[in-house]
Amino acid sequence: MATPRFTVGDTVRTRVDNPPGHTRLPRYVRGRTGVIESVRGAAPVPDETVKNGVKGDDVPFYGVLFAMQDLWGNDAEADAELVVELWESYLE
Amino acid sequence: MSSHSYAAAPQSHNHDKDATRVALTARTAALEAALVAGGVLQSEQVDELVETYAEKLGPRHGAAMVARAWVDPTFRQRLEEDATSIIRDLGYDLEGSQHRDLPFATLRAVFNTPEVHNVIVCTLCSCYPLFVLGPQPRWYKSPEYRSRMVIEPTQVLKEFGTSVPAGKTIRVWDSNAETRYLVIPERPKGTEAMNEDQLRALVTRDSMIGVTVLPDVV
Repeated sequence: MATPRFTVGDTVRTRVDNPPGHTRLPRYVRGRTGVIESVRGAAPVPDETVKNGVKGDDVPFYGVLFAMQDLWGNDAEADAELVVELWESYLE
Repeated sequence: MSSHSYAAAPQSHNHDKDATRVALTARTAALEAALVAGGVLQSEQVDELVETYAEKLGPRHGAAMVARAWVDPTFRQRLEEDATSIIRDLGYDLEGSQHRDLPFATLRAVFNTPEVHNVIVCTLCSCYPLFVLGPQPRWYKSPEYRSRMVIEPTQVLKEFGTSVPAGKTIRVWDSNAETRYLVIPERPKGTEAMNEDQLRALVTRDSMIGVTVLPDVV
């Protein structure tokens, strides 16, 4: 199993890819800065599974935490945050 | 056709038009009738599947886990560390049953505290911990809930009648990938003398989604 590149507390930035097919990198978190909340394990990336019709290698994935204001701007709710699971290949 | 229906959604979130529901119900009934007539399906199979979702996988499993977590620190710790193993031990992953292809994924319990209120949503579709909460309420699948909960959770919670005090963090969990989340509500005040059975009866589905909090018992 691939060794996770990131650990809890690391700052990460999501890629700004716009793949033509299925992805689990929601548009609303693309190109945003967040923090690794948890290291969840490893699993095939669904994007690749859908594209190729077979499951690929396990890739580490993480719970990534974003402040609402980092997603929606300064007028967003100050006391709210969001966690979404993202595969390592979505992160830089 | 089974008579099962979802619990009513809060009024402010009942965006679906009754006409749409009637049309979909009619279409579903027609589809079922055609499949039964063609010998593809038996009505009993449909009833059994609905019963499995509504009763066997219903929110009472989640409520049991919440009540246990309130009274049993060892269980609470295990729930924090590896909720999936609890599900497996209880046999809810349905391995070997005829319903084994029901959606199953990793379960993670997220605990409400005086500092943090948790709430779940799926922006991708309607991912939900079916095996501990039963079928999704219709509003959980609505585009309004799915889009607005990740943008303005405080406001959406208000529309569910839930006021989160200023300064308390609202943490939204978008369950779009491998993990399903179960919110463990805070134990209401005034329940100190209650036993586990009594506590279990207090726990509602919506409190385990995180759109409501449990009222104190006075």
